[in-house]
Amino acid sequence: MTVPFYVAPEQVMKDRAEYAQKGIARGRSLVATIYRDGVLIVADNPSRSLHKISEIYDRIAFAGVGKYNEYDQLRVAGVRHADTKGYAFSREDVDARSLANLYAQHLGNVFTHEMKPLEVEILVAELAAVPGNDQLYHIAYEGTITDEERFAVLGGEAEPIAERMEQAWRSDWSLGEALRAAVAALAGPDRTLGPSHLEVAFLSRENGRRAFRRLTEAELVTLLEEQPTDGRQDGAGQDAASGGAEAAPGSSGTGSASSSGASGRGTAR
Amino acid sequence: MHGTTVVALRFAGGIVMAGDRRATEGYSIAHRAMEKVFPGDRWSAVAIAGVAGPAVEMVRLFQVQLEHYEKVEGLSLSLEGKANQLAQMVREHLPMAMQGLAVVPLFAGYDHRRQTGRIFTYDVTGGHYEETDFQATGSGGRDARTTIKLGYREGLSRDEAIDLAIEALFEAADEDAGTGGPDLVRGIYPLVAVVDADGYVQLEDSDVAARFESLIARKRKERPGGMSSGGELR
Repeated sequence: MTVPFYVAPEQVMKDRAEYAQKGIARGRSLVATIYRDGVLIVADNPSRSLHKISEIYDRIAFAGVGKYNEYDQLRVAGVRHADTKGYAFSREDVDARSLANLYAQHLGNVFTHEMKPLEVEILVAELAAVPGNDQLYHIAYEGTITDEERFAVLGGEAEPIAERMEQAWRSDWSLGEALRAAVAALAGPDRTLGPSHLEVAFLSRENGRRAFRRLTEAELVTLLEEQPTDGRQDGAGQDAASGGAEAAPGSSGTGSASSSGASGRGTAR
Repeated sequence: MHGTTVVALRFAGGIVMAGDRRATEGYSIAHRAMEKVFPGDRWSAVAIAGVAGPAVEMVRLFQVQLEHYEKVEGLSLSLEGKANQLAQMVREHLPMAMQGLAVVPLFAGYDHRRQTGRIFTYDVTGGHYEETDFQATGSGGRDARTTIKLGYREGLSRDEAIDLAIEALFEAADEDAGTGGPDLVRGIYPLVAVVDADGYVQLEDSDVAARFESLIARKRKERPGGMSSGGELR
């Protein structure tokens, strides 16, 4: 019988983290931001049918980056959890915090106990009844959960995108303004993202009980072409673009997968 | 507790579904403002007659299942799929029905593939049958059905269909002790829902009240002598 080689636990964890980060970095990124009427989520996704963003419950949305089959499994588990809870108790009792905790526990367990970590990063967003209380929970592949205050960036190139978002972010922007800034941040200075390469959905207080809605391609075209109404917004948009130009070169590629921007309300470990 | 008369009929662009508000326990009125017409999802409506407890619970589970399917699969079930799903639930309820706790729903909705409204009726065994134009169930179902039958024609408009459904409930309440009419004192009126290409809409109480008022005004005109010319016991 052969004696197995000793591998230090630090090394095991490091290898797993690197493996997961590489997997996530291969995929395209995603931005979620709070705007005046709710939460907007924009993903770089050319597919019309394989969604990165989806509805979990009345006021809760889900988004994932990385390996599609893995985050889709998490999505379905989330829908099941929420629907079961809402049916057993009341629709009001379904909340994003408990769901995000569940996801974090699952991801953490898989990361420490399984051979292969999940190559995903997910977001759980919840729309509050009044502005100012909307929630964004960003959960990394190893189960780290971050409560974001303004916006969240998921994916391999999170850092430069987060910097561009940081420059452009405004607390009371409209859907169109938030969308244009998010698209510019996702695209970076060297390319443009057209409606056919975007998947956009939002949770809005205007949408009734089921607050989740996808933007159709036609609506996207209109919103993207809309001219900013005042100079201040225009300036903010340009700032975002030029800020991105400084940040982007060299920092793409193997960027950290678990960057959460500078806006974290606190990372629970 | 029993729920009573519910009706559904087709019009040119969709369906109208309506139900009275009375629930009875033996010869007593158990509840005056019960709701028997519910949205199944955005494109369908389900109405219940029979024992209130299990019926309402069945609708609740049905709504969750439709929404769950829609979210997991990313698209809605076909109308026929929804009707089959409900049939399965009625069938599972058969043992309870054998003990006297029957639930008989009425299901209708807008079929996007065929671009028309469709109505399905059920029996206690889960058998479901598509109706061509209209159906009514519950203790006052026969009276309601006859009223619709006499007033129905192909290609009714939305408004005409709503008025016909209201008249059917009025006549059912007139003949059947278990069916409640419009409660003018408390302002409780039957629930009326419309499902068409734009989705499920429940009519405002004020709208239903106005329609009842014009129906009653018409009936009075037809019978200027009032109660003494036909309403009295002979």
